Amino acid sequence: MDYEPVIGLEVHVQLATASKLFCGCPAAFGASPNSQTCPVCLGLPGTLPVLNQRAFEWGVKVALAFDCQLACVMKFDRKHYFYPDLPKGFQISQYDQPLSQHGHLDIALGPSTKRIGITRIHMEEDAGKLLHDPVQPASYVDFNRAGVPLLEIVSDPDVRSPEEAYQYLLDLKAVLGYLKVSTCNMEEGSLRCDANISLRQVGTTAFGAKIEIKNLNSFKAVKAALDHEVHRQTSLLQQGGTLAQQTRLWDAKAEATELMRTKEEASDYRYFPEPDLVPFVIDQALVERIRRELPELPAQRCARLAKAYGVSPYDAQVLTQHPSLAELFEGALRLYPHPKPVANWVMGEFLGYLNANGKEPDEVQLRPEWLAHLLEAIDKGTISGTMAKELFVDVLAHQRDPNVLIEERGLRQIVDEAALNQLAEAVIAGHPESVKDYQKGKANALMYLVGQCMRHSDGKANPRQVTEVLKKKLETA
Amino acid sequence: MSESLCRLPIHQLRQAIERGTCDPRELVHQLLDHITQRNPSLSAYMTVDPERLKRQLEERVQHGPRGRLFGIPITVKDNLCVTGEETTCASRMLTGFRPPYSATVIERLRAEGAIIIPRANMDEFAFGSSTETSHFGPTKNPRDPERVPGGSSGGSAAAVASDLALGALGTDTGGSIRQPAAFCGVVGLKPTYGRVSRYGLIAFASSLDQIGPITKDVTDCALLLSVIAGHDPKDSTSAPTKVDDYVGGLSPSLQGVRIGLPAFSDKGLDEMVRERVGEALKTLWRLGARPVEVALPHIDQSIATYYIIATAEASSNLARYDGVQYGYRAQEGKGQGARGEGEGSRSPKPTAQNALIAMYQRTRQEGFGEEAKRRIILGTYVLSRGYYDAYYLKGLKVRTLIKQGFDEAFKRCDVIVMPTSPTAAFRLGEKLDDPLQMYLSDIYTISANLAGVPAVSVPCGFTSNDQPVGLQLLANTFEEAKLLQVAYAYEQSTEWHHRKPVISEQ
Repeated sequence: MDYEPVIGLEVHVQLATASKLFCGCPAAFGASPNSQTCPVCLGLPGTLPVLNQRAFEWGVKVALAFDCQLACVMKFDRKHYFYPDLPKGFQISQYDQPLSQHGHLDIALGPSTKRIGITRIHMEEDAGKLLHDPVQPASYVDFNRAGVPLLEIVSDPDVRSPEEAYQYLLDLKAVLGYLKVSTCNMEEGSLRCDANISLRQVGTTAFGAKIEIKNLNSFKAVKAALDHEVHRQTSLLQQGGTLAQQTRLWDAKAEATELMRTKEEASDYRYFPEPDLVPFVIDQALVERIRRELPELPAQRCARLAKAYGVSPYDAQVLTQHPSLAELFEGALRLYPHPKPVANWVMGEFLGYLNANGKEPDEVQLRPEWLAHLLEAIDKGTISGTMAKELFVDVLAHQRDPNVLIEERGLRQIVDEAALNQLAEAVIAGHPESVKDYQKGKANALMYLVGQCMRHSDGKANPRQVTEVLKKKLETA
Repeated sequence: MSESLCRLPIHQLRQAIERGTCDPRELVHQLLDHITQRNPSLSAYMTVDPERLKRQLEERVQHGPRGRLFGIPITVKDNLCVTGEETTCASRMLTGFRPPYSATVIERLRAEGAIIIPRANMDEFAFGSSTETSHFGPTKNPRDPERVPGGSSGGSAAAVASDLALGALGTDTGGSIRQPAAFCGVVGLKPTYGRVSRYGLIAFASSLDQIGPITKDVTDCALLLSVIAGHDPKDSTSAPTKVDDYVGGLSPSLQGVRIGLPAFSDKGLDEMVRERVGEALKTLWRLGARPVEVALPHIDQSIATYYIIATAEASSNLARYDGVQYGYRAQEGKGQGARGEGEGSRSPKPTAQNALIAMYQRTRQEGFGEEAKRRIILGTYVLSRGYYDAYYLKGLKVRTLIKQGFDEAFKRCDVIVMPTSPTAAFRLGEKLDDPLQMYLSDIYTISANLAGVPAVSVPCGFTSNDQPVGLQLLANTFEEAKLLQVAYAYEQSTEWHHRKPVISEQ
């Protein structure tokens, strides 16, 4: 029997607003424990929440970017559970009247796209964080994160493979990056994902027992955990076993999921309307203003790049995955109007550098003019292609214009005829054996002599020119 | 006579201070002497720190703003946060909790120059109608130490009635200002929901709680309301509605005022209370008001509705008392395992998890009193999966019907009149073990909270054994000015508010 996976994803995105969702505390990551807290986010008795207008507007922006229908009236609800990182004993979330519902995201699958439904996008506050002392038998609570605004983006169960799930997350993150509402950093927890997966026989429509997977710390982990679950559940079903609803934890080291709790152990969150916050009537004029101000989104930009610059659909997709890549590409093109080499450098050298250093595109500055200057310098023969690649790393590492580095380091290629003649003569004089070999017809000898010229010039000789000069001198010798 | 200043209403003291005939220092020292003498037998305050108060007095007199309450001490219930002062809701759970912030009402009082006297006794977390559930012991009724002062703001009402306070703030979720005001023979007002900021009020039931004044007369009530009312950006449920001139609007005439007389169940209504309310109505007619019959359908469901909504919200509001951050934490028991053994992992390992749960359970078991536990359990039940629709959702629907009933009634009348409580003050211990009887003592006050309308209790006479009876007046939302005007006109034509309790020294 053949089974197909039915997958839905729940993504939590921290909004990078200056302040928290219901108080004025800074929401930034990385401050010393409990330095960004106040009576409201500490949940001290008597304090009351007040909605952060900016967070609300950003929520609307995200909802619109995913073509969601905004609620006319949204309200907040309390979700109850006990945990030391939850200062009020409940989380302010949204239950039956969320910010928005019924949206979608078109994900790239090879040359085509697939539409994944978005069930809902709602707002809620983040919890604090437990810190476990590795030496003392003690735990501490850091409430800096408590009250940081979160959006929960819940997909419809439209995803049919771990690969689709991975692409969905990439494309979702791209949209959020374009909206500039979140740092989307999984390591810092500003983007978090839980996955729901069930299996059913191909050709049937009923859903199987839903398994929720938690502790997914990267997009790759999501894919790996889903792959693992597909195999685990398939073999279980094929052996005649049955599945029951449960929550499982991904263990990245063991590359397996383990049982966390069964349906019977699931908590009753006792949702009820948050009485400290009145229901919000969503102002349609505000929604329309935000809609007008929406930036160009990845899918639109991808289509435009392919059309305007003739880059391949794949290249366009890679270039638009992150707004700063696309901005770099288009910015460099304005100064150096050759799409192919610019695309190659952005996708090859720049992405390669980022991957090697584990950085996101917006974490390393590459000014468009730096890339343009570099490519111009190659074209002019000021530096060689090989030198350019080395120089590029220094441009990024030192955050300097390549033209400045070329001058400072005297990297300018030797293109002066007289200087090259002098260099060639010295090398020929110093390697009579090679000259003989060349005259015997050994082609390698020429390459060796070119290499010696490069060495003696500290790599600054223009290799093409120096080859010509050597050839001429050897022929006439 | 050493007590003379403390017996005066605030509006008279204000004039005397302005004229220079009363020194706030003398006033406060007299009050402190009086409290030191009388509080041990009354327990209107849980604790009083005279030295701390004297320091505050000096700071206020020298640097305080010369506002509408300059030099006037105001007593506040123990569920209103005051910076640096222990604020416990009369619960073991909040022992030692000193908030680093003040309630908005406290800041407003201080902005007018008031001196704050904290720690008026109350039922634990405002759960009760007698101030007997206080972890620190019950407050006595100043007129009869065998009787309760009412509750939950019993400490505030008893203090005002016995001149241990010039004026006080209480809180009212189902009658907790009005019923003790009635039992103690003073004036108590629950404002419109949203009229006064709840920021810094330790919540019992957020959609019902309101802070209001308990005072010696209606003029003081109007004065305190005008100070504490108004929009507060820190409370999303506080209304931006304009604050009327409550003191300036007081007038002795009731010409043309329509008084709504609702048909209500008089089961359990004490005969003497019925008589006093009947006499009060005659006074109102004599002053020019005229009666209008109004219907308040569904009002008989108010107690049931209230105990669903209020306990649901209470169970949620009290979830934060888990022993983790502040207040009471149970000591570790034997064999519970050490806390926090989950090194390196995101969630504590099973042993630590068990120790954590044990800490929660014991903290809440030991920290909360019986009534608090009863309400948490009730509220948790009505919000549980499978019961929510039948209880909480149904409760919200009935609440809407009750509100609509008031909307209709106020189309036909200006003010509705009812008794405040079906009986006068009952004896200590009389209802403590019979929660249902205790709950029924709020039968006439609860609907104002469910509907969000303002209501005031004013003294309207005494029972044959000299216990005060309260007359309750209710008005439409944000019509406190009208409400206070009727209360004032009634008060000015009677002598009840001048009859002070006489307590035998013990």
